[in-house]
Amino acid sequence: MNRLQIFWFRFRRNRAATVGVVVLFAIILMAMFGPLIYAIDPFEMVGRPFTLPLDRFPLGTDVAGRDILAGLVHGARVSLLIGVLSSLTATIIGVTFGAIAGYYGGRIDDLLMRTTEFFLCIPSFVLAVVLVAIFQPDVVTITIAIAVVSWPSVARLARGEFIAHRDREYVQGCRAIGMPDWEIIVLQILPNALPPIIVVSSLMVATAILTESGLSFLGLSDPNLVSWGYMIGVARTVLRTAWWMAAIPGVMILVTVLAINLVGEGLNDALNPKLRK
Amino acid sequence: MAGPILDIQGLSVDFDTGHGCVHAINDLSFQISEGETVALVGESGSGKSTAAMSILRLIPNPPGRIVAGSITFDESDLLQLQEDELRRIRGRDIAMIFQDPMMALNPVYTIERQIGEVLELHMGMSKREAFTETVELLRLVGIPAPDQRAQQYPHNLSGGMRQRVMIAMALACRPRLLIADEPTTALDVTVQAQVLDLIQGLKQKFGMAVLLITHDLGIVAETADRVVVMYTGRKVEEGSVVEIFDDLRHPYTRGLLNAAKWEGKSDGELYEIPGTVPSPFNMPTGCSFAPRCSLADQQCHEAMPTLTEFSQRRNVRCFAAEREMP
Amino acid sequence: MKKSTVTFIIRRLLQVIPVVIAIASLNFLLLHMTPGDAADIIAGQMGHATVEFTQQLRQEFGLDKPLYEQFFIYLGKLLTFDLGMSHLQQTPVIDLIVGRLPATLILMVSAIVISVAVGIALGIGAARRQGTLADSLISVLALVVYATPAFWLGLMLIVLFSIVFDILPSGGMTQIGAGFTGLDYILDVAWHLVLPATTLGLFYVAIYTRLMRASMLEVYSLDFIVTARAKGLSEGKIAWTHTMRNALLPVVTLAGVQIGHLLGGSILVETVFSWPGLGRLVFDALLQRDLNLLLGILFISSVVVVVANLLVDLLYSVLDPRIVHK
Repeated sequence: MNRLQIFWFRFRRNRAATVGVVVLFAIILMAMFGPLIYAIDPFEMVGRPFTLPLDRFPLGTDVAGRDILAGLVHGARVSLLIGVLSSLTATIIGVTFGAIAGYYGGRIDDLLMRTTEFFLCIPSFVLAVVLVAIFQPDVVTITIAIAVVSWPSVARLARGEFIAHRDREYVQGCRAIGMPDWEIIVLQILPNALPPIIVVSSLMVATAILTESGLSFLGLSDPNLVSWGYMIGVARTVLRTAWWMAAIPGVMILVTVLAINLVGEGLNDALNPKLRK
Repeated sequence: MAGPILDIQGLSVDFDTGHGCVHAINDLSFQISEGETVALVGESGSGKSTAAMSILRLIPNPPGRIVAGSITFDESDLLQLQEDELRRIRGRDIAMIFQDPMMALNPVYTIERQIGEVLELHMGMSKREAFTETVELLRLVGIPAPDQRAQQYPHNLSGGMRQRVMIAMALACRPRLLIADEPTTALDVTVQAQVLDLIQGLKQKFGMAVLLITHDLGIVAETADRVVVMYTGRKVEEGSVVEIFDDLRHPYTRGLLNAAKWEGKSDGELYEIPGTVPSPFNMPTGCSFAPRCSLADQQCHEAMPTLTEFSQRRNVRCFAAEREMP
Repeated sequence: MKKSTVTFIIRRLLQVIPVVIAIASLNFLLLHMTPGDAADIIAGQMGHATVEFTQQLRQEFGLDKPLYEQFFIYLGKLLTFDLGMSHLQQTPVIDLIVGRLPATLILMVSAIVISVAVGIALGIGAARRQGTLADSLISVLALVVYATPAFWLGLMLIVLFSIVFDILPSGGMTQIGAGFTGLDYILDVAWHLVLPATTLGLFYVAIYTRLMRASMLEVYSLDFIVTARAKGLSEGKIAWTHTMRNALLPVVTLAGVQIGHLLGGSILVETVFSWPGLGRLVFDALLQRDLNLLLGILFISSVVVVVANLLVDLLYSVLDPRIVHK
């Protein structure tokens, strides 16, 4: 068996994770091709407001007569895009911090880890709100704001991994042949330290999607894009008369986040078999 | 000779593992008399600790299962007792001490709490009475400044002191049987003798019986009255200390004895029984010791020998020993 | 209190100072990133934004001084809890925050109590019934709740309990116009607290249940649990004392780490339930783009988290006697 087959074999043993992959794949397909197949502008008033689901439109219309299914389909793009991009950014920042701190140790480590711990003290959602509010909400600022509040956990993990690796024989060997530090860090240690980092950043996508939905629920979403949290925020005012309007996008968030979490645990089983009891 | 205080008959214990069922103990029988020290000897994997844990039914289940046998104590079969009846015996009539006192003590409770708990449970003492009694017990096991030590945590104590605490805890209710599972293995060599002496002294003082589980025949010579040797879950030889050291019959016992003799020597060479304990998943068809035995012949590789009784409480499981019989 | 505990507390208190200064610096930095300064905004509100007037305001606020000087002025003001004015509400920011902080703290503390208590109970229950249907059910529920956005959960609970069954209030902290006093007032607040505290707490119930279950199972495999059984303690007593006390440690650590997260969650939940705390204030500040107020909230909530972390650390040192000596 090659490494990919071993990975897949281990991953498949976790049945919940396999279900998660299938569900997540369906959501990704929906995000990619949904807006092309169900080509309705989610901001356009297509019918009377408050149309019931399964009446004229599959999931009915919202308070402004906009097609809810179109919103869901377009919202999937925003959620996944922001979720993936922000955790990717956070991973890059976190790994950079953690790698430098862990590899060099000493004062640099002290300084970087103090900074990290400091960021862990700040209520992350409040900081994200302030950042997005100051720089005006759009996809880029929201992504950056979520990344800024998410990187510290990656940094801590990466630091631990780099400390564990920095004195191993293969690293000492690289130093002995005069390999520059950056090359040791990026090309030698990083590939070995990556598995647990991949697990954490995959789980971070789920957290990021939750954070994004919270921000857009508060009205901090890109005004040109529909997102699930925004839809819930809009529907909130009509909860008494049309509860499904808030319920539907919430279920989407729940299912997406659950699927990502299951996949993350499957990755954990497959990539860190030592941790399994 | 006093009658048996504990009578183990035909004990068998299985473990269900992911790779199948393992017979950890097979048809084990032996007795402990009032006030007697019996040593249960064997390498790791011989089932000696499992046997000790079975007495108070402390085998984790699953995976462990006691599948047959009886353990009679005070005319009742410990294996048939209700859980709450058994709990009244645990810690009161039969007490245990373990190999690693650091692991066996709860790190977040004070010494006093952990000993006091037993006194409150079995002796019905109040917290204050329990504290006074705890200090007395600590003094008894030779811990200096016992009233201060009582209020400390396990991590404040040295390894030897911790084992003394374990002993104090075990003796709290003056048990009639003390089961000591490798009580000195985790300790420094210099402390080992002190702890053994302490157990010996207290045994005589309270007249309790002791079941000492060990892999070290050197310890046995100094402390035990009788020896039960185990190998791969079976008793292979039983006899008094004199019989075992002067007239041993089983080649495995000889191997253990040689290993013990060499251990004390300073030239750094170690005697080891050749080969390794067979995997429980891949037991030889004949005598399980045959692959490692210099005396093994055709018969040994084909059938498991039965126990041969030479006299009361003197028996051996070995074809070679049988052949030598007068 | 022991001397080592006192030095531990003092050392921990001293560590808070640089963190607070760092938070202040971040706030100052963000303040200067906001488009337009206080003078612009006030001048804009007053309707006569001549260049001279704005400049005059800048002098008044010290905004014409070099940046580092402004920073020290800012720090000095923070020492007296002067967070500036909310430009739109014409009230000092600190007054607005202090007025709203108690409601948020009540909500947060209730959520913590609910989540820790229920999470521990469920985690212990699941661990003791490992592998049964109840255990699987608890684990699946925990996974689902863990993936649920709290604000949406709040809305759904309102639909269920306020709209469909009409048994719990859908928002606010007290019944409007009821004018309760004394015990009636407390009961009224508690009544209004049920849904928001449950909403905020459920996510953490899920986390602590999973963590507590794993932690209990790990502690169950440790040797001192065997000791506790050998002492004759009942399974219930072992679970709720020896095991729980040790299994609690990671839960307390995590609860400390998550106080900041909890505060973020309470902002969303308060918005859902019109709970008059910091969350509502954030929502209002966002609607009116009152950035100075937002930054003030960020500062104070960070300080709240730092102080809460300090308290958790102290609690931890009580729970785990080993910590002070590390």
